[in-house]
Amino acid sequence: MFGLGKKDLTLFLIVAVMALFAPFILNPFPTDSGMAQFNAGYPDLMQRFVIFGILAIGFNILFGLTGYLSFGHAAFLGVGSYAAVWMFKLLSMNVIPAILLSMIVSGLFAVVIGYVSLRRSGIYFSILTLAFAQMSYNLAYSVLTPITNGETGLQITLDDPRILGVSATADGGIPVTNLFGLEMRSFETLNIGPWAFQFSVGYYVAAIIMLISFYVAIRIFRSPFGMMLRAIKSNQNRLYYTGLNARPYTLAAFVISGMYAGLAGGLLACMDPLAGAERMQWTASGEVVLMTILGGAGTLIGPVLGAGFIKYFENIFSKINDQVVHAWVSFLPDGLENFVVAIIHPFVGKGWHLTLGLMFMLIVIFLPGGLVEGGQRISRRLRRKPAEDDAKSASTEPAE
Amino acid sequence: MSKTTLTRRGVLRTGAVAGAGVALPTIFTASSARAFTNEPTGGSVTLGFNVPQTGPYADEGADELRAYELAVEHLNGGGDGGMLQTFSSKALEGSGILGKKVEYVTGDTQTKSDAARASAKSMIEKDGAIMITGGSSSGVAVAVQGLCQEAGVIFMAGLTHSNDTTGKDKKANGFRHFFNAYMSGAALAPVLANAYGKDRKAYHLTADYTWGWTQEESIKAATEALGWETVEAVKTPLAQTDFSSYIAPVLNSGADVLVLNHYGGNMVNSLTNAVQFGLREKQANGKNFEIVVPLFSRLMARGAGENIKGILGSTNWHWSLQDEGTKAFVKSFGTKYGFPPSQAAHTCYVQTLLYADAVQRAGSFDPCAVAEALEGYEFDGLGNGPTLYRAEDHQCFKDVLVVRGKENPTSEFDLLEVVEITPRGQVEYAADHPMFAGGALGSCNPGV
Amino acid sequence: MDAIILQILNGLDKGSAYALIALGLTLIFGTLGVVNFAHGALFMIGAFCAVTLNRLLTLSHQVVDETRTDFLGNPLKVDVPYVQDIFGEVTGAAIIDWSVPLAILFSIPIMIGIGVIMERGLIKHFYKRPHADQILVTFGLAIVLQEIIKQIFGANPIPTPAPDVFRGSFDFGTMLGFDPNVIIYPYWRLVYFGFAAIIIGAVFAFLQFTTFGMVVRAGMADRETVGLLGINIDRRFTIMFGLAAAVAGLAGVMYAPINSPNYHMGMDFLVLSFVVVVVGGMGSLPGAVLAGFLLGILESFASMNEIKSILPGIDQIIIYLVAIIILLTRPRGLMGRKGVMED
Repeated sequence: MFGLGKKDLTLFLIVAVMALFAPFILNPFPTDSGMAQFNAGYPDLMQRFVIFGILAIGFNILFGLTGYLSFGHAAFLGVGSYAAVWMFKLLSMNVIPAILLSMIVSGLFAVVIGYVSLRRSGIYFSILTLAFAQMSYNLAYSVLTPITNGETGLQITLDDPRILGVSATADGGIPVTNLFGLEMRSFETLNIGPWAFQFSVGYYVAAIIMLISFYVAIRIFRSPFGMMLRAIKSNQNRLYYTGLNARPYTLAAFVISGMYAGLAGGLLACMDPLAGAERMQWTASGEVVLMTILGGAGTLIGPVLGAGFIKYFENIFSKINDQVVHAWVSFLPDGLENFVVAIIHPFVGKGWHLTLGLMFMLIVIFLPGGLVEGGQRISRRLRRKPAEDDAKSASTEPAE
Repeated sequence: MSKTTLTRRGVLRTGAVAGAGVALPTIFTASSARAFTNEPTGGSVTLGFNVPQTGPYADEGADELRAYELAVEHLNGGGDGGMLQTFSSKALEGSGILGKKVEYVTGDTQTKSDAARASAKSMIEKDGAIMITGGSSSGVAVAVQGLCQEAGVIFMAGLTHSNDTTGKDKKANGFRHFFNAYMSGAALAPVLANAYGKDRKAYHLTADYTWGWTQEESIKAATEALGWETVEAVKTPLAQTDFSSYIAPVLNSGADVLVLNHYGGNMVNSLTNAVQFGLREKQANGKNFEIVVPLFSRLMARGAGENIKGILGSTNWHWSLQDEGTKAFVKSFGTKYGFPPSQAAHTCYVQTLLYADAVQRAGSFDPCAVAEALEGYEFDGLGNGPTLYRAEDHQCFKDVLVVRGKENPTSEFDLLEVVEITPRGQVEYAADHPMFAGGALGSCNPGV
Repeated sequence: MDAIILQILNGLDKGSAYALIALGLTLIFGTLGVVNFAHGALFMIGAFCAVTLNRLLTLSHQVVDETRTDFLGNPLKVDVPYVQDIFGEVTGAAIIDWSVPLAILFSIPIMIGIGVIMERGLIKHFYKRPHADQILVTFGLAIVLQEIIKQIFGANPIPTPAPDVFRGSFDFGTMLGFDPNVIIYPYWRLVYFGFAAIIIGAVFAFLQFTTFGMVVRAGMADRETVGLLGINIDRRFTIMFGLAAAVAGLAGVMYAPINSPNYHMGMDFLVLSFVVVVVGGMGSLPGAVLAGFLLGILESFASMNEIKSILPGIDQIIIYLVAIIILLTRPRGLMGRKGVMED
């Protein structure tokens, strides 16, 4: 079905169902319970999960298949965001033209950077992409402020000359991004007992685009083009000897991957019309790399898991403060309570980086194939079946 | 085929849930039923404290958070009440806001506009925060202010000094208590002219981003009006850590004053480098060479150590002030945490009180009612003397402090001494001043 | 002319910092084939060795001074360092004043220890793993190290002054026949430059003239063969890692007075040092040093007003621009060898 093999189809359907029911799955705890802190089912974070999922899927097409490690992928994310916000400012608040333009602009950007950077391989390639991205970031923050609005980030204002649409709404507000009238930020809340589930328009738009991107990625992985990219990864020289020029293939992969990043950037701007220069900083590029490796480079689902993992820590753990921890352990006697809080304190709130760093190390030490391998081990344990089934699993080929 | 079955089941399940949703519309809390975003319905109200907890401003953020916790304690009737006793408005009684207990959530801005918005959004969407406050840089303040405008909640800015926050990027839902670059220039220039003479040649080093530019513009305008000449103004990259190559040419440029339009780590490093080059022991144009840091903070002064001694700058507030409001605040902060508060802590504490007071006076949490209560509001007793929240741009007008790095500090917190309290009249400007032109407040947005 | 001389001085100084960090990084690359994202953190820890020693030396007990009051109106407690009790006020103050140079001695064993523990405990297990895994684990380690420092010392920069005698600057201009004050340079930066030159020289001499160095160089060229010859290359590589950590740490110690140390200074230098290493050519020690100085000098020139007025913002991107140009004209950087980290 859909031209997918059985394994791929199962995977795709699992992802689709999870994406569809994310508002339920991510909100397992009743709203007024102490554990509600760990709920991630609010629109902004769900949107970020799928958008960064798109980014990581795209990155994986380049890194997972060809082995080229781009350390400047955030530049495409940033360029996509700027393009989308400019589209909102100048043309229309509809998200379709914004998304299209962000993909086109980042694609063109990727052609230029890819053409130059792909003349080198290995770490030399990484540093070239890093250099381009850092140049973009530094310039966007300072000299290019007329285009990027520098430090503050490009925002929509009340006096934008919007061709199709109004500069300001009737009551003096800024118009909202929409899909033919369907506002991205609008959402409905479903209350069932103590639970509250939020269904956001923006999230479902982003989720559908993510599913399309995921589907395209599967097709690329399974296509002859994908095979060619794997060949480049395993031995580029041998490919040359057979008379094939690898460059057009790697460039194509690079551009596709850049367009995925641009799409993600455009979507970020659609959900929240702001484009900040920090999106292009090397730390942001590094984050994409980490997401992919953390989840499992070269696997289809791994990067999405990795993206979710990092975004979850960033948005959930950073919000746990001492007050919250005290509330959790308030059942303990006073002295013990303070002791437990003191133990937890360095790892949450302002210490969320520490927890993240520790998780990086633990995962890479104990799960060499990333989160996907963790999932495999669990399912293997549950099924108590020999591993040969998984080793051949089409969807989960560990990184080289 | 097995996979078809799976699909059909998936589809069926989807249909069932969707059907349940449609069939039982009563279980939806129709969002239109609410008058404004996150209207508090229970016995408590949630405020969102969005401060940098990681990155270079983490210590400043930690101090802001301490102030917020103190403010919440005082609003709920705990502690010694702090500035509630000295505040000119007596609407707040220490029984929460409008009788609702004040609760709070915290988040990490990372000093990135993107992350700050994500954090603020989670507070609004997940935790039901009715007001967002905090931040330690102008980029973040402007970005979060824009978000709060769109979402329909009030934003009470934390530490943000750029003219743009209440200038070209002002928003109807956003309010700033902190002073701005223009006020720094207006307050500092006369003191500089007094101390160093009117015939001076200045060399500016400016952080190459929006805040740096507005400060350079403001200081240049203010000093040039008093007869100073600007020899050169050089932009330095934000990521710069070693400023030697920018400082080395200063002495030979004909300038006799160096103005450092830097903040945070940039300022600590550029000042340290300038002192290393021995600029302060040099003579130029027959005068002693001087360094000026227009925006000071105690935390930065600590980072710069000895180098700060004798250097003039401006701040929004300092704990050594002797008015009743300051004394009450320093006492309760110092008793709770063991050291005096920073200016960032002060502005955050005051902003929280001002918000609570406005709600109390308006009798409603509706952002539009709160904004109306804050606009044109005159108050006193919060450490800065009589203060006005101007209606036209939501900027507070109050006295500005000119300070100098102390020669003989008694502790690691006692680093600045107040040289002059510049009266409010001297730092006021017209709402349509060219440095603040180009934006519009718009109309207040209650959300939903 | 004077401006150019000044910027060359600046460039040499910046370059020596870049070169020192890149040297350790390329040593680890070359010998162990490990992409060490925690190298910046080692530099940072070095700087905090200076801070720590300063803190230790200024450990104080409090004496109540009845004549002054603190911010709450209570009698002021004045800190008196124990060092001054032990060695007397003058000697004690002098020891505190010299805490940064003293920290050199203090930091060497610490840094070697950290390096060895890191290699034995963690890096060793990643020799055979893909570079991607190495990046992830060392990046995680870097975050953990810097967060630990943040928890102890806070996020604010901590002033760590150089000894008083090095305060102020040296007037080169008068030596060269220029007017006074035209070409001045801080004493401490001259010290830093000299120190870097000594360290770089020592590392080269060590690798060039000792048997140990010879084995390591052979290992860099062909690890397998060296192993087949029955030489325990692993142990030597551990020592090599400790050495690289020590070099990074020393660079950090001496850098502390130039910029007040803060917990993320390592990350600030990390990207830059990678660029330096790659521009120099993977696995080439002279290349790293050369690239460090080259980029340092070019960066200094780019910050000159004369150049900025023609090309605004050039100082923001110069390093990356130069890196791109060099990598496009010289495929393996300035002095890189074929086949190192190219796949």
